[in-house]
Amino acid sequence: MTAIDPTAHLTAEQIEELGRELDAIRDEVIADRGEKDAAYIRKVISAQRKLELVSRGVLLFSIFPPAWLIGTAGLSVAKIMDNMEIGHNILHGQWDWMRDPKIHSTTWEWDHVSPSDQWKHSHNELHHTYTNVIGKDNDLGYGIMRVDEDQRWHPFHLGQPLWNFINACFFEYGIAAYDLELGKNLNKRRRKNPEFRARAKAVGRKIRKQVLKDYVIHPLLSGPSFLPTLAATFTANLVRNIWTHSVIMCGHFPEGVQVFERRSIKGETRGQWYLRQMMGSANISGSSAMHFMTGNLSHQIEHHLFPDLPSNRYAEVAVKVRALFEKYELEYVTGPLPKQVFSAWHKVFRLSLPNKKPKVETPVREQELVAA
Amino acid sequence: MTSTALRSRAWKLLEMVTTPLLPSDYLDLVSPLRAGADLRGRIEAVHPETGDAATVVIRPGRGWRGHTAGQYVRIGVDVDGVRLWRAYSITSPTNRQDGRVTITVKAIPDGKVSNHLVRRAKPGTLVQLDQATGDFVLPRAKPAKVLYLTAGSGITPVMGMLRDIELDDAVMIHCAPQPQDVIFRDELHVLVADKKLRLTEVHTDTDGMLDIARLDDLVPDWAERETWACGPAGLLDAAEEHWTEHGVRERLHTERFRPGIIVTGDGDSGGEVTFSATGKTVDADGATPLLDVGEEAGVLMPSGCRMGICFGCVTPLKAGAVRDLRTGEITEAEPGVLIQTCVSAAAGPCDIER
Repeated sequence: MTAIDPTAHLTAEQIEELGRELDAIRDEVIADRGEKDAAYIRKVISAQRKLELVSRGVLLFSIFPPAWLIGTAGLSVAKIMDNMEIGHNILHGQWDWMRDPKIHSTTWEWDHVSPSDQWKHSHNELHHTYTNVIGKDNDLGYGIMRVDEDQRWHPFHLGQPLWNFINACFFEYGIAAYDLELGKNLNKRRRKNPEFRARAKAVGRKIRKQVLKDYVIHPLLSGPSFLPTLAATFTANLVRNIWTHSVIMCGHFPEGVQVFERRSIKGETRGQWYLRQMMGSANISGSSAMHFMTGNLSHQIEHHLFPDLPSNRYAEVAVKVRALFEKYELEYVTGPLPKQVFSAWHKVFRLSLPNKKPKVETPVREQELVAA
Repeated sequence: MTSTALRSRAWKLLEMVTTPLLPSDYLDLVSPLRAGADLRGRIEAVHPETGDAATVVIRPGRGWRGHTAGQYVRIGVDVDGVRLWRAYSITSPTNRQDGRVTITVKAIPDGKVSNHLVRRAKPGTLVQLDQATGDFVLPRAKPAKVLYLTAGSGITPVMGMLRDIELDDAVMIHCAPQPQDVIFRDELHVLVADKKLRLTEVHTDTDGMLDIARLDDLVPDWAERETWACGPAGLLDAAEEHWTEHGVRERLHTERFRPGIIVTGDGDSGGEVTFSATGKTVDADGATPLLDVGEEAGVLMPSGCRMGICFGCVTPLKAGAVRDLRTGEITEAEPGVLIQTCVSAAAGPCDIER
């Protein structure tokens, strides 16, 4: 909650009209969704698998430095593709309409230590419903960081630049712990909960399989290249983790992104929900290669408005969405990756220190809700 | 260690190499028709038969177990990016040298799959297949006298039989609007010229619908013949009634289109379906699979083959009752009861845990 509500100039009618205009954009894509889109995701999946196969093949000879470099680069890109353009989007159900049981949110499993079903719950269900609502959306700082002035400061936050850096390096493990709500569940009473234990076991199984594959089986298959292959897979995981962490930080942390109080979403209308997604997300600008490598999460604003539309459509949707931002005089937070990453990190550092509680002007929307 | 055990151990190791994917996910990239893969086929050619019918030549995967003349195959085709499953009779003989099978498809008005296959399908396209099935087949011992009673695309399973085995005494009555609508007309007339078949064409645009009472004139010994009938429901209903009346019902074999999926029993009016995990409630009729009802309502539904075979869509039924669309069987909610949402429809109000 910033001191000045950037949506204060909008009337309730305007917000509902905005909602209708966004619905129309969505309906247009759904009506047009078809063969070309299906061919796109199949092509991406096939390319990812081929790239991973070739890279792992090259790494069998990673004792030779050029092979190590090429194999590691290829594997890093393959892992990024798996998590971003493929895994994240399939698990959102973006491709369920194809009715292909192999490319379906209920069957997909990704190269990640958090099992798909757990991630789907914490991400699709919690984060996407309660985007940027303090106390409801734990993606705001993942429970280990303070990312808004309105969050209470604690001496623990002094170390948050360090926590954030460690989290970036081991991001997939951070996500797994987050999906398990480890912090909350590790107390004596909760850790015995059978439901939690089952989920923790599933994560353990997934970690074992992933670690065995990356750090035992493939290095062993490489024979004399054992150690270089081990280093290569470690590097690829590190690159993938830092990359995805950076992209994801750019989605909601940069300056200019709004957060919301719990009471502000009570009785939220469709238009208000859309507006919250618009004000709570930030984009990354760049080339189409850049958009692809972020899994189109560079179109975070469009993704939050329409999380189940196929990702390959966000670019064309963005043009129309941006026009609406202009029409309704709202700030479309976007910028090149380095700028957005810097902005997010700057915030992490700044808020590691306490701040004066800003004077909050109650936004019009809330006054209305309180009065209602 | 037996070779099977060895192979399964090697497979386990391969699974560790490819986790979280399966080795087959990679093998499918290079060899989707190999032995051990999910059954698929590749369309190799599409030959027009009439203005609105075409024969699709399919090379089935190695797992194909063959068929018996008269059987049908379920085929999963991606139309506008969406996988849709339909059943079609196999029209190729069982001993076809090159191992290909053919289905002959008539485009029906607004038929998504049939129009796609007849007019848009391209050679090289992969389709999903299921093993051939159906009991609309000739018995092992050749019947002495046979009558084929067909209409429209009902000729397709019979063509599979005609091409497969030569009978000593076969008569066919086939109905189609006009001569040019008769699928396989040239081939049928070759059979007639070779005296392998006696054929009566009924052109319904000029002759009107076939009156089953005319059978006595067209095929005086019809009651002595083992009969295979395939066509629209009206024709089959009339035939079943006629054969029953004359006490020879056991000689009549019928095949209905859309095999399997028939709503039977009473109370097929459907009901209000609650998807309790999502908190959605919608009205459903008694003929729409709950999987479609859920997807229509935006509920994330697990799905698989969409025709009741793979059990990829099983979901707990928390309350109420559902009807199996294939058998009409009613399943009532009990703890632990799972239903296949793709072949179950609401039989009154019900609650699906999704």
